[in-house]
Amino acid sequence: MSEVAFFIDYSRCIGCQACVQACAECDTHRGTSMIHLETIDRRDSVQTAPQVCMHCEDPICARVCPADAIKKTPDGVVQSSLKPRCIGCSNCVVSCPFGVPKYSAEIDQMMKCDMCYDRTSIGKKPMCATVCPSGALTYTTMEEIQRTRRGIPINSWKFGDEEVRTKVYVMVPRQVERVDIDLVQITPTPAPLPEDPYDVALMLEEV
Amino acid sequence: MAKLPIDIPTIVGQFGPSLHRVPPGGWEHTGEDDKLVKTHCCFCGQQCGIQLRVRENKVVGFEPWEDFPFNRGKLCPKGVKRYMQDEHPDRLKSPLQRVEGKGYEAISWDAALTRVVSEIQRIQKTYGKDAFGILSGASLTNEKAYLMGKFARVAVQTANIDYNGRLCMVSAGAASKKVFGMDRSANPWSDIPKAKVILAAGTNIAECSPITTDYVWRARDNGGKLIVLDPRMTPIARNADLFIPVRSGGDIGVFHGMMRIMIQQGWIDRDYIEKYTAGFDEYARVVDRYTPEYASKIAGVPADLIVKAAEMWGPADTSFLLHARGIEHHSKGVDNCIAAIQLVLATGRIGREGCGYAMITGQGNGQGAREQGQKCDQLPGSRDITNPEHRKYIAGVWGVPEESIPGKGLSAVPLVEAIHEGKIKGLLSICFNPLVSLPDANFVREALEKLEFYVNIDFFLSETARYADVVLAGSLMEEDEGTTTNVEGRVIHHRKVVSPPGEAREDWKIICDIATRLGKGDKFSYGSPKDIFEELRVASKGGISDYYGMTWEKIDNENGVFWPCPEPGHPGTPRLYEDKKFKHPDGKAHFYPVDWRPSAEMPDAEYPIILTTGRVVSHFLSGTQTRRIGGLMDQYPQPLCEMHPRLAEKLGVIDGDFVKVESRRGHVVVRAQVVKTIRPDTVFVPYHWPLGRSANNMTVRAIDPVSNIPEYKICAVRVSKTEAPTDPISQLGVEAGGVR
Repeated sequence: MSEVAFFIDYSRCIGCQACVQACAECDTHRGTSMIHLETIDRRDSVQTAPQVCMHCEDPICARVCPADAIKKTPDGVVQSSLKPRCIGCSNCVVSCPFGVPKYSAEIDQMMKCDMCYDRTSIGKKPMCATVCPSGALTYTTMEEIQRTRRGIPINSWKFGDEEVRTKVYVMVPRQVERVDIDLVQITPTPAPLPEDPYDVALMLEEV
Repeated sequence: MAKLPIDIPTIVGQFGPSLHRVPPGGWEHTGEDDKLVKTHCCFCGQQCGIQLRVRENKVVGFEPWEDFPFNRGKLCPKGVKRYMQDEHPDRLKSPLQRVEGKGYEAISWDAALTRVVSEIQRIQKTYGKDAFGILSGASLTNEKAYLMGKFARVAVQTANIDYNGRLCMVSAGAASKKVFGMDRSANPWSDIPKAKVILAAGTNIAECSPITTDYVWRARDNGGKLIVLDPRMTPIARNADLFIPVRSGGDIGVFHGMMRIMIQQGWIDRDYIEKYTAGFDEYARVVDRYTPEYASKIAGVPADLIVKAAEMWGPADTSFLLHARGIEHHSKGVDNCIAAIQLVLATGRIGREGCGYAMITGQGNGQGAREQGQKCDQLPGSRDITNPEHRKYIAGVWGVPEESIPGKGLSAVPLVEAIHEGKIKGLLSICFNPLVSLPDANFVREALEKLEFYVNIDFFLSETARYADVVLAGSLMEEDEGTTTNVEGRVIHHRKVVSPPGEAREDWKIICDIATRLGKGDKFSYGSPKDIFEELRVASKGGISDYYGMTWEKIDNENGVFWPCPEPGHPGTPRLYEDKKFKHPDGKAHFYPVDWRPSAEMPDAEYPIILTTGRVVSHFLSGTQTRRIGGLMDQYPQPLCEMHPRLAEKLGVIDGDFVKVESRRGHVVVRAQVVKTIRPDTVFVPYHWPLGRSANNMTVRAIDPVSNIPEYKICAVRVSKTEAPTDPISQLGVEAGGVR
């Protein structure tokens, strides 16, 4: 049997927050959820996007940590900060291209998703990917995901000039090979907005 | 004397709703669990498998149950947090009685039951047997649903028993009975991913039946197309191949408009229609009037969308219809469902792999609780209470004279109207919170206040229970044992996980005790819920919903059994109609020439906006359970009024403003949520909250003439910007009906 991996399929997400609620139930999180569910812009759309730690091959959060508090396990899981080391500086919070680590003032420490290491290290699935009712979060084999989904899994990203490879995959249309995110250009004349695909009033005007 | 004994804020202070957030023992507890029990979620009709973690007779958490085939470990946020009902500070732990000016005091079971029985007897002696009514619930197990029907007919001997499935499944059930002669989803869910086109009509799958989402997405990953009908762009509509933002109540325009095109294009199965159905020609004559232009006018959407839907649905090899409250909660709910189902029947795409339809049951035992004889017109096994043969068979099972079984009683809304009129003087209710869940809440409150005696069985003091003279502390699902029948018709086993706390008791024991004190102990001498199931099996034998071949052991061994299962050794029936034999006497499926008609209350100059109501994903029904769970309240704390920016602009409202939503019957003050995902002529308010936040303050007390389902999905309102309310109710916590 091939290795299991974590796949995010944003197009399946229904924003139900089962992942958020279940994450908080984990014995090691004790009521605090480590997964983020982003509502993109509720005025325009019901679109939502779940965000787990992507577990970068060369994690930027760990690179910028002045206290060397963020460690990666041999199997590629980037852990939460080590309590005795973390100085709460939030370098990791501002550097992560996915916006994953959060600083918790209550405990003066950075906490983030560790892919349910207590579960995955003993052969269980992460809690969020077990309960997710839409299949937006899935923990399975590469063969299974390729057999059952229209899109393809990729784990290659480019943020400006920074190339990132992650342990977690995202599902994209078949022609996409890498997710490219350009730096935001602030210009005096903003680019024209695309047509609004989710405005119900516009749908009713079409004939 | 069913009036509030003290003011609501004082009651809320004592009995909640309050929020429960931390499991017993706290988050820091890291000890081993005593046991892990495989059971099912207590909430919606999906009835997902779940394992509950137990320590010292307390439920301390959950673990997904990945081997249960329906949900394979998947859960929605309600399922994840359901265990927070256990060890809840609001939990009722002993019987209570109302004390004027003081509230409610704990009394002994003997005192409580003595009073209940003497009041039942007094009212029936004074006003007649039928002056005592019973309102039951569709989240009860099959065993309890069966027991309630028998209790009403044999122990109380009243005709007037109905249940809150009347607010949920009856339009779907009546339509399926009319078309096919039986009321059950025609397929197991495993057929959904095999369909090449799915029509989701009036079903907010993502929020009301989240587990079904994965089945729909699997169909799409297999190359299937998805069509969604809804006045709001729900989460599944966002990614549908075709979203039709139909006007509430305009669904028949879409269905008949599609069918007219399908007939013209030859996208129907004439051979199938000829051999296995009746009534097609009359139906086709009505459909012929639904030109794209006319259909578009009825549906309130561009004709082009209806044409596209016909082009997707018509020529497909396999197809699946999913329908729910969006088309059912109407004064023409049955006709809406019939029109939708006829799109399935005319193509002959039913009774084989990847082909069929299902109604998505909403309540915990939405399917099973409507089969066991607690409906006002029904006896066990989905039998008809007016049918002499059916009556005779059940009289034999119960060991009573046939003539002692009362006739057809009043359904839920007329039953409450009879209370309001003073015809029904006493009420027993269980698993029902009508003050929040019935339409026209102010009328319901007036009715409750007219009761001479009201006894309520519940595990929390619901908004309705506050009006009771006696409250009997009952049990949560995990504190008792029994079966339910899920959305697919699969009968499953809820295991007992813990014992009821304090002096609270299992519901079935309470009912049997009352029956015994009414002198019918010999008919209610069960030792366990399993004994009740054994009788239910026999009572259902030969009926439409035949459970005779099932045992609890078989259900456990086979991960549930689909009815009909008429004989021991029978494998059950996951997919109906494979033999093309339908349950009408002529063996055929029947078409009906249903036609569109206006809703009971259409928008006008005075009340120009359509109000539609529904659910959000983190709450269940009247909210008496989910408004007590911190995590679920954090997710969606208070009802919002969704409106389109164009309407908001017209009203001078911006996102977050307080608005007054007002109908001819009542109003709420809530905050506005301005979104482009709703029709500009419609506003939406979810209904899980009570009092000044209850969407049912506005809804219309109109019912379908066949199913008697209320018209929750459309009434006329006006909306205006207003100030933050300052009345005492508005200052309560949002879980209790306050507003922030």
